This record gives sequence, C-alpha cells and structure tokens, in this order.
Amino acid sequence: MSAPTELELAGQVVELVRRLGGPAAQAEAVVTRADLALTRFANSAIHQNVAESTVGIRLRVHVDGRTAAGSGSVVTADGLRALAERTLAAARLCPPDPGWPGLVPPTSAPLAPPVDEATAHAEPDQRADRVRAFVAAAGGLSTAGYCRTAHRSSAYANSAGHTAHGRSVEAAMDGIARQAGADGVARRCADRLSDIDGAELGGQAAAKARAAADPVELPPGRYEVVFEPAAVADLLQNLSWYGFNGKRYAERQSFAEPGAAQFDRAVTLVDDPLGASGLPFDAEGTGRRALTLVEAGTTRAVAHDRRTAAEVGAESTGHAVAGGATWGPMARNLRMSGAAAGPASATGRSTTGAAAGAVVDADTAALVAGVRRGLLVTDLWYTRVLDPKSLVVTGLTRNGVWLVEDGTVVRAVRDLRFTESYPRALGPGAVLGLGGRPVRQPDRVDGVWWAAPPVRLASWHFTGGASG
Amino acid sequence: MTEFDAATAAVQAALDAGARYADARVMHRRYESMTARNGDVEELTQDESIGLGVRALVGASWGFHAVPDLSDAAARDAGRRAARIATASARVPGPPVDLVPVEAVTASWSSGCQIDPLGVPLSDKGDLLVGATRTMAEHGADLAEGLYQIWDTAKWFVSSEGHRIDQRIRECGGGISATSIGDGETQRRSWPSYRGQYGTTGWELVESLDLAAHAAQIAEESRALLTAPPCPAGETDLILGGEQLALQIHESVGHAIELDRILGWEAAFAGTSWLDLAQLGSLRYGSELMNITIDPTIPGALGSFGFDDEGSPAVKRDAVRDGRWVGVLAGRDSAAMASLDYGGSVRADGWARLPMVRMTNVGLEPGPHTLDEIIAATDDGVLMDLNRSWSIDDKRLNFQFGCEVGWEIKKGRRGRMLRNPTYTGIGPLFWRSMDMLSGETVPWGTPNCGKGQPGQTGHTGHPAAPARFRNVRVGVSA
Repeated sequence: MSAPTELELAGQVVELVRRLGGPAAQAEAVVTRADLALTRFANSAIHQNVAESTVGIRLRVHVDGRTAAGSGSVVTADGLRALAERTLAAARLCPPDPGWPGLVPPTSAPLAPPVDEATAHAEPDQRADRVRAFVAAAGGLSTAGYCRTAHRSSAYANSAGHTAHGRSVEAAMDGIARQAGADGVARRCADRLSDIDGAELGGQAAAKARAAADPVELPPGRYEVVFEPAAVADLLQNLSWYGFNGKRYAERQSFAEPGAAQFDRAVTLVDDPLGASGLPFDAEGTGRRALTLVEAGTTRAVAHDRRTAAEVGAESTGHAVAGGATWGPMARNLRMSGAAAGPASATGRSTTGAAAGAVVDADTAALVAGVRRGLLVTDLWYTRVLDPKSLVVTGLTRNGVWLVEDGTVVRAVRDLRFTESYPRALGPGAVLGLGGRPVRQPDRVDGVWWAAPPVRLASWHFTGGASG
Repeated sequence: MTEFDAATAAVQAALDAGARYADARVMHRRYESMTARNGDVEELTQDESIGLGVRALVGASWGFHAVPDLSDAAARDAGRRAARIATASARVPGPPVDLVPVEAVTASWSSGCQIDPLGVPLSDKGDLLVGATRTMAEHGADLAEGLYQIWDTAKWFVSSEGHRIDQRIRECGGGISATSIGDGETQRRSWPSYRGQYGTTGWELVESLDLAAHAAQIAEESRALLTAPPCPAGETDLILGGEQLALQIHESVGHAIELDRILGWEAAFAGTSWLDLAQLGSLRYGSELMNITIDPTIPGALGSFGFDDEGSPAVKRDAVRDGRWVGVLAGRDSAAMASLDYGGSVRADGWARLPMVRMTNVGLEPGPHTLDEIIAATDDGVLMDLNRSWSIDDKRLNFQFGCEVGWEIKKGRRGRMLRNPTYTGIGPLFWRSMDMLSGETVPWGTPNCGKGQPGQTGHTGHPAAPARFRNVRVGVSA
C-alpha cells in the first residue's frame, strides 16, 4: 500500500478535528514532504554532506472563538489523532481571539511553474561534481561554500472545503575563493540544478579574490557606492521583513506609506513567488501571486495575511507564513526591476592590474564607469536593525570592496562597517543607476530568494574601518 | 522497537555499507510557545517532532542522513544513505580524519526540573502573559509583548564505538517587552531581556523572573526614552550590564573560540576567527580580570548537558585564564585535526541536523566588584544595558552593539537616561580595556544562536556580570 498523499493527510486531520471538536470547529492543515540536501565544502574539500527526508504537518484550529496551532512529524493514525486532540485542547484553554479572520473559502489556486524532476531527485554525486568543478576552477585558491537541492511537495486543506497542493524545487550554489585573507564570492539560485555551473562560479569567485588582494584601509565617511546583487539582496530582505510587513505596518512600526513617493523613481519592487519554482499557496491556503510593493519610487502595497488584512480593511495578498501571528506576513521572493533600457552604458572601463576581476559583468562595469570616487561593494554581512521604523541598519561589507576613481576600479579596500537607513539610501534622488538584469540570489532557506541588478547609490554611511 | 534499537540499526547499516565509524541520534522534542500582545494571547504553538539522524565516516569523508521514521527498515535505509553520501563526499576529498578518543559508556542524564513546564496549565501561563502585557499597555506602551518558550527533548545516542546514552533536557524561559512608537523611531524596554531569560530548568525559572512586577516600569521607561537625549558620540568609559555583557561574550569570545571556525570549516558562511592556533596558550585576549570558562556542568544554565551529541561527557575547561587564551570549543574530529586532546562541544539542533561545534556555557568568572562600586568609581561614562542590536564581522573582531537604554554616569552617580546607545570596537582591544568586573553573575541564556548550513539554532549559556571598559567609542548613528 502506498503512503497517503499530502492532500489525503491534510484532509484526514481536518476531518479528525471536525469529529473531535464538533461541526462548528474550524480547521486548516498543511502537510509538507521535503527532500533537502546540502553538500558543504571548506579548505577545498567536502567536509559536511547532509540530506534529510522529512514530513511535517501544521494544524490550526478555531473553536468556540479561540485559536491554537500545533505541528508535528508523526503522520501515523495515532500521531494525527494526538495532534488534533492536543491542538483542540490548547484552543479551548486560550482566551477568545476576536481577530480571527476566518478560513479561505474554496477558490482556485494559481498555476505554479513546472517542477524539474532531475533537480527534485538529484543525487549526492551531482552536487559533489559541482563542488569539484568550483574547486578546480579556483585555480589553486582555497575554496568554501555549498551546493544544495531542495524539493517540497505540499498540500493544504481546510474545513471550509478549500484545498490546494503544489510542488517546488530549487538548486543553489554559494562559494568563496580565498587568497591571503581576501575572499571573492559567487552565488546563484535556479530552478534546475543543470543551470548551476560550478566551474563558472568558481572562476568568478577566484577572479574576485585575486582582485581583492592587498587591501588598503579607508577612513569612514559617506561614499558613493555600487552594490552588486549580493549586497542589494540584503537591502531587499530587510525592506521586506521590517517595511513591507503588514503586521509591522498595522502596528505603525514600518516606514511604509502606500501612495507616497518614498523611493527613487528608479526603484520598482515586485514580490513574485511564482516567478520561479514555488508553492502556489501560502500558509493559509491563499493563492500566491505577484504583488507590486513599489512602483517607480512610489510605495503601492504591503504584504498581508488574512489577519493583518482584516485589521486594516484589506485583502490577503497571499503572504501568510507559519508563526505569522507573531512575526507578520513576509514577502520572500522580492525582485528589484532592472533599468528598462539596460545599463546606461555597456562600455565600462575594464579594470587592469591588481584589481582586474573585481567587476564581473557588463551591468556592473557600466555603473562603475560613472563613479568619480566611490566604492564597489560585493556583499553585506551581519546586518542588524537599530531602529525598525526608520530601518537604520548596521553591518559590514564582505567578500570584496574596491575603491573606484574616475570610473575605474583602482584597488582593493579592507572591509568597512556601516550604519545607514535603508529607505533613505534608496530615497528620491539617491539612486544614480541600475543594471539591466536582476540576478537571483539564494537565501539561507530554500524557497526564499532575492533578485536584483547591481545598483549605484549616491551615498552610503560607513561608520567604521576594519580596525575600529 | 525502542529508540536505542533504531539508532543501533542505523549505525550497523552504515558500517555494513562501508563506514569505518558511525553514530546515530534519535530525538523526540516537544516544543511549546505562547506570545501575547496588549493584553491578548497572540499565538499559541505546540510542536512534537521525532526522528533519527545518522552520521557515517567512510575513509576521510562524512555523510549524514535523517528520517522521521523509527522503523527498522527506515533506520537501516538512513544508515546506508549516510554511507552513500559519505562516499560522494570523497569525490572532493580532504585530509585524513581522526577522532580523539572518548570512553564508550552506557549512561543516562537529565537536567534539573522542579516544575514540569509542559505540565503547567495553559490557562496559568496565558494569564501570566496577558496580565503583564495588559499592565504594560496601561502604562503607556504602544506594543506590549510577552513570550514564553518550552523545549522538552529526549535523545538516545549510539555509536559504533559502543556508546549508548540517553538524556532528557527540559528548557524554558520567557520575558516581556514594551515598545513606544514616536514620529520617526521606536523605543523598547524589556525584562529581563528581549525575548527573555532561559535555562535548563523547569517553570520555576519563569516564576522567578516575576514578569508582572516589572511590567509598569519598563513601559514607562520605553515611553520616556522617546524624549530622552541621545547617547553622545565619542570615546568614554563604558559600563555594561550583565545581560549585554553576556551577548558580548557570546559574539566576541564564544564564536571566536569555536575550533571549526578557526580551522576554516565555516569560512563561507558564519566566518572564520581572528585566533591562530599557534598562539593558543600565549595570546593575550583581555585584561587579567578576564577568566572565561567553557562549562556545560552548570546546573540550570541553558548550555548544560550530561553528554554532548558525540557522546563526550560534560567537562569544565578554561577558555581564557588571567587574560590569556588557553582553550577552544571542539569536537572529536576538529580536535584531532588541531592536535588537541578534547572535544565535548558538539551538538545538533534536532534529529535532522548534523552535530557540529557549538557553544555550551561560555562565561566570565565573577570579579571582585559590584555594579554600585563600578558606578561610584566612574567619573565620566555611560552605562548601557539590554541588547537591542548586534553585529560583528566574520572574524569576530569588529563589533557594534546597540542597547535598549543608556544612563549618563557623572562623578560616580547614575544620571539621566540616554536613548539609542551604541558602542563599537575591536574584540581583543575591548577586552584588554576591562578594568572592573562585578561578582553579581547571572547565567544568561541565549536560545537563538544561528550557525551552520542548513541552519541550526543553538541554545547557549553565558554567565556574566556588569563590567567597566575604558575609552570605548559610543554613540554611532546613521
């Protein structure tokens, strides 16, 4: 006998709740099976290599005006019954939940992109071969990073009769090459493992590491910057979690003001969960669709789940996540649009000498070409929010910083600490250029990604050098 | 089939598939959390997870596989898959792998617990958070939030060397926070720290925090901070409260002495360390007041256990003695690679995660002073407490921390409150400037230490007390 499908399991749990809690009990269940594998390397050797085959079930019930959630990994008949019983018992002991927004009614789910079966069932040898290619392409530099594949099959069911199911896959590689304490990085996220080229990434990381050799220390202060996509990804993540989060918006903790021109006209941000392989529904069963958060500099929307939408009189945008009552709804597939006509110039000056390799593509080269004096920044690290409302963030540069003078990368710079308000740095008049092509960057969790072109900003506040 | 049977089957299958060493962990974890906001329960979550993770060493290469199924067939399949993954690892081989010896024991261990936290009625726990958040809201907080979390973990460890260890570790804790929202910024005050204090204890820890008694004061302070003067910028003497010093230890000592970072195993993600093994035993890390221990034997501290997840018994060790760096956090393979003779600091965040080097309880031994004495001895400075933000570079050198609140110190007295206090520095220079240390030590618990790929969340403890640091740069702003 084959194992029950995710949809069958979800339906069984919902039915159990109705049987145990009475016909008035409302319930929704999400069942997810996942095959996640990650091959990790350091010192140019695979040192950690893991895989997990898991199943998880998450149940939320609303009974007698009270709400509780439970989850578990035991999907036997006894396990499902225990989950239903303890979640119902918890709900009955909770205080009333006047903000309960109700369940999603039966609706059709959007079509999700097809799943690449080869990636879903990738073998450890295939990940190891990409690591081997990365290491070889680094030409003797020490390397570190990972190659991962993820496959999820998930189903949703609720007591209002709504069901949905879908699958997602993702492949990602993220690695550095190291030379005398200088690191260069390359990372990619794709729907197919076959689109991950370990040799290309290893070569790129090595070129950047060599270009980062012998860095000098610059004094702190305000600098014009060109951020590569990896650095811009950090901006997108923090804008999403702290700014375009419907819960923080309802609590007045967000900077976001829909209708206001809060950003430079060059900035357009779209959350596009089905722009790549992704599940077609959120944690509440609402269909996931593209949502424009910022259009040509004007804030248009924030992300909502059913609860935050009800609070402000809006509709759910399909951004519910597990634990969302505490953390709020999240946009997790954010894309910053590239310049409509491509980069202003594709003739950025090639770098020469020690800094050759710092610039990896024509988009970045074109932006660098316009900088009279500034910094090319590859990546940001350990960014933490000092104040959520103004979204002042501190963090450091990582994996390569270079001084740019008169449109040319002239030399490597030691890492710098910054303290900056992200919305202010992207504010009206602050964006001096965008690359034409967003590059998709993986997050720490599969299914979450940030896509951005390189960006040239008028000013970034570096508040400390490498030595303090 | 018992949990030990499943783990044994997985280990045997890995050996049969070519592994020269294998170990397996079965873990059964129950988790419960509740959050409250402005006098209402916001979310109640209960989770129960059980599964098995098996690790296989084939030649010089590791593999790991995890499944949520404890049947004999599933356990054996997991063991075989772990060995197969290890074989794939050998396509990009590293240096030979050895394991420092650990006596194979059969043992049981449980953390102390007076009041079973999962046995406390939900209504009582809800009343606690609802009452405290209601009080904060009544005293001016725009956002009054409360939280508790409980973990009850049973685990069974088997190795091919003969280990057979079961442990039960109960952890819990909680806290409250009041946020006041101004025109352009927010201000927060928490008790006893943001997202709470935690330990390997029962519900008695939460009761001892007396959340309700502190609710009104922190709400009023969060409101007052909106109009308090900003922390001035410049260099000054800095007094840190114990909670903030615990995080300072965590970030600028605990992570820096992780041997996997020192060996470069975390280079691409968590980062490396500024420490060089060639200087172990001789490097001056801080002032002579700085005595840091690695001690998983502290009763009730969050990083305590009987055995780590490689079967090494809990042992207290020195990390920094009289200001000199003398010890690391290690596992059996990393220690062997570094020619050290001890591991003991390897843990896994659940059955589906690979065991890796993690902090246990890394903290300061008590000093000779009191906070009052430190303040009285300070002519001009700032006292900061309760962490609000933390950032440090990938070598664990350059840090910048923000605190919820500062107080001006003038002529030995605590003066007015300061908002948005921040300080920044370089780890060893900062620690060398510590010239006064209190003996009012608290084993602060940090339940959210992120590390590893896939990500793991570690639970660590950090005994710490207030201390003074000289000539520190404060008041960094955007």
